[in-house]
Amino acid sequence: MNRSVGYAFCVLALGGMLGGCDKQQPEPKATEAAAAKPAGGEQTGFADAPPDGAAVDSAKRPAAFTPPAESKIPQNEYGEMVLLGKNIFTNTQQHAKAYVGNGMNCANCHLDNGRKADSAPLWAAYVLYPAYRQKTRQVDTIQSRIQGCFLYSMNGKAPALDSKEMTALVTYHYWLAKGAPTGVKLPGQGYVKVAKPALTPDMARGRGVYENNCAICHGANGEGIKARGEYAFPPLWGKDSFNWGAGMHRVNTAAGFIQANMPYGLGGTLSDQEAWDVALFMNSHERPQDPRFKGSVAQTRDKHHDENCLYGRTPEALAASIERKAEAAGKAAAKPATEQVEAYSPAVSH
Amino acid sequence: MRSFISHTFTAVVVMAASSAAAVPPSIVTQGNGAAVACASCHGVDGAGNPQAGFPVLAQLPPAYFAKQIADFKAGTRTHPVMTPIAQAMSVEDAESTARHYASQPRPKAGASTVDPAVIARGKNLAINGAWDRQVPPCFKCHAVDGLGVAPAFPAIAGQHAAYTVSQLQAWKTGARTNDPQKLMKAVAENLTDDDIRSVAEYLATLGTRREGK
Repeated sequence: MNRSVGYAFCVLALGGMLGGCDKQQPEPKATEAAAAKPAGGEQTGFADAPPDGAAVDSAKRPAAFTPPAESKIPQNEYGEMVLLGKNIFTNTQQHAKAYVGNGMNCANCHLDNGRKADSAPLWAAYVLYPAYRQKTRQVDTIQSRIQGCFLYSMNGKAPALDSKEMTALVTYHYWLAKGAPTGVKLPGQGYVKVAKPALTPDMARGRGVYENNCAICHGANGEGIKARGEYAFPPLWGKDSFNWGAGMHRVNTAAGFIQANMPYGLGGTLSDQEAWDVALFMNSHERPQDPRFKGSVAQTRDKHHDENCLYGRTPEALAASIERKAEAAGKAAAKPATEQVEAYSPAVSH
Repeated sequence: MRSFISHTFTAVVVMAASSAAAVPPSIVTQGNGAAVACASCHGVDGAGNPQAGFPVLAQLPPAYFAKQIADFKAGTRTHPVMTPIAQAMSVEDAESTARHYASQPRPKAGASTVDPAVIARGKNLAINGAWDRQVPPCFKCHAVDGLGVAPAFPAIAGQHAAYTVSQLQAWKTGARTNDPQKLMKAVAENLTDDDIRSVAEYLATLGTRREGK
């Protein structure tokens, strides 16, 4: 089906550290980062790792990690599993069809087949698990984390831990992380954290940014564009997009992805303000319900959406909530006291 | 398998089209008095002419095609031969021509005599890009089969190599500027001359993969 253009919304999986709302992963220590050693004799690993034993305060800027080249996939049974994982990742629609409930592919959000820094690369995610996550309130393994991707970003169902699909995906992650230090947050992990905008993110400005920069590929109504029956560009909202439980539904997460990566070839050209505005606009639309929905939108929001998102709240209510949290800095965030929006989908249309 | 079937089917369609089926508009076959017939350079089937540098037009999205004619007329895209021809074309001429060529099957590629290493390098760029240099894969925007995504992204698979090279160079140097949002400029600027040649040679090896539609 959607042969290569993939949108992989495993945003959640990798995006653990993205926004202020996510607290699931441990902060690396300077010593851990400095302990990274080059992968001997290989073209993977750290290009300019510090000499052995050098105490470098590099927690903030350790050397960039480079995953192995695709041409290095071994020609054996292990390599076949790596390749299957890559194929599932790039064309989830075809190779993991039974587990996908929308029009997305993993590689839609994890660009360069999960290799690109600042696009939630798999090599950086792999080495951060197992980890305790607020979202699931448990220690997740990379496998259960990937299950979350299917549940939310792919709006589907989780492959069993011992399924071939899961084995292949984990093998692909592992292979990409060859030579990476375990338990270290590598530069390029997750998505970038976009600086707080000068102006409160705005729907009207966001619509303008969308029309001028995004609609050519994603359609005037965020519906994506198909070619020969398959999505060539993924839908950003609506029934075929990621659901309300996916990490990308958070405004801060989407802003980070967009600012660094969109449009193709022009990553980094939108201003921080434009990224915030268009992320708000994108995530104000209807999309499939959060699978954790229980009772009402308000109840689901209060239980699962204490974050920078528009699930069950208007942009105005979100802005007010963020402001309150900023004021109460250091204290427990106040519950957003917004009006209940009772509907199948919690999107607030504008 | 699938491509064999599709090639066979294409051949049947072409034969049918050339005998009876859809009649090409007269602007294509005869011109309109002021503008010469499109077919005189691009062929009735839109296969172009690699030796002369006339591009393949078959299966270009109609909106993309019409925009190019409009841009030639407006001077936002220029070419010594095409500019005066486009200026002699009416909007209706452009639209009927666009519809005609969009319905033609992409021509089959001939056997390539280019070094396989060059083709392989181009293939890698087309499929995987070079993200570390801000170069996305060609097929991210022009579809996984390279046959384009209507309305804005043209078919590039099967295009003559010399033409692809000339256009990528034109974007790179700023001679061509009618790409929406500077999307092609952004990519071309990050391509080396070797990249451009490799990817053009690879794309030229791709023939029709589906029936004309």
